Amino acid sequence: MSRLLLALPALLAVAVGGFLLWGLDPARDPNAVPSARIAAPVPEFALPPVAGTGMPGLSAADLRDTGEPVLVNVFASWCVPCRAEHAVLTRLVREEGVKLMGLNYQDDPADAARWLDDLGNPYERIGSDIEGRVGIDWAISGVPETFVIDGDGVVTFRYVGPIIEPDAQAEVRAALAAAGARS
Amino acid sequence: MRRLILALVLSLAAGLAWAVEPDEMLADPVLEERARVLSRQLRCVVCLNQDIDSSNAGVARTMRLLLRERLVEGDSDAEVLAFFVERYGDFVLFRPPLKGSTYVLWLAPFTIFGAGATAVALTLRRRRPGAGQAGPTALSPEEERELMQFATTEEADRP
Repeated sequence: MSRLLLALPALLAVAVGGFLLWGLDPARDPNAVPSARIAAPVPEFALPPVAGTGMPGLSAADLRDTGEPVLVNVFASWCVPCRAEHAVLTRLVREEGVKLMGLNYQDDPADAARWLDDLGNPYERIGSDIEGRVGIDWAISGVPETFVIDGDGVVTFRYVGPIIEPDAQAEVRAALAAAGARS
Repeated sequence: MRRLILALVLSLAAGLAWAVEPDEMLADPVLEERARVLSRQLRCVVCLNQDIDSSNAGVARTMRLLLRERLVEGDSDAEVLAFFVERYGDFVLFRPPLKGSTYVLWLAPFTIFGAGATAVALTLRRRRPGAGQAGPTALSPEEERELMQFATTEEADRP
């Protein structure tokens, strides 16, 4: 018994040390906002089109039973990183045949339309989420954010922030490939 | 100068003010009070260490509006919290529920405090004279004689 008590400080030190080591792990991002939406079907929603773009709106039905992986990108014209990401998304669509849907988040339709006129429009459909409610249903924490939906309408991957760095692009490509293999 | 002071006071007051804007508030004071209590338990998913009650982020405002909408529709407090947990997981709560993955989180402070208190109690008991073991005892006649012997030889060796 007393021997066990003597070992107690050492055991505590090991436990606390292990916890601190875990905290120092560079692969762990303490700012990552977890989403309960991963591995779940896309949330129920129906968004009107962005006025002035001539593009159809976006609803959950458009993402169900598509038979192929789809990328859903949350963007806004007021979001500066979105501008940088736009070129990458455009290239993914043009050169790799990725199917891309847009969720225009808390944006003035006129600003969004002008933004797309200036930069080009790689999206197949764009839903206008002016009030930001559908964004909450998707459990986003900011703009931009990108989701991979598999052919059955299940959210398989979520990327927070702009997809610009090669690592980020590789992650999205891998997620798309994995989602394609599943269906 | 007076203007400067006024500006300072106003900016301090603005810092103290809540992020909740008048157009968000509910007419029913009881519901509004419930909304305020609940919004202090929900984490702003952009600012992370702030509750949505005091956050100026757009997402926080949307969450406050959604929360009030649910209250008006007659949701209980638990149902409102569940609405956000369904989307963001337990992460969105400032008080995570006690369950398998959070036992360590909840029990660690008590365990460490308990271990420390036990260690202190044991140490103190060991130090207290007369408890457990006998205190300093008198020397036996034999030890006394030995000691005297040492003392005298020391004396004799001295130059």
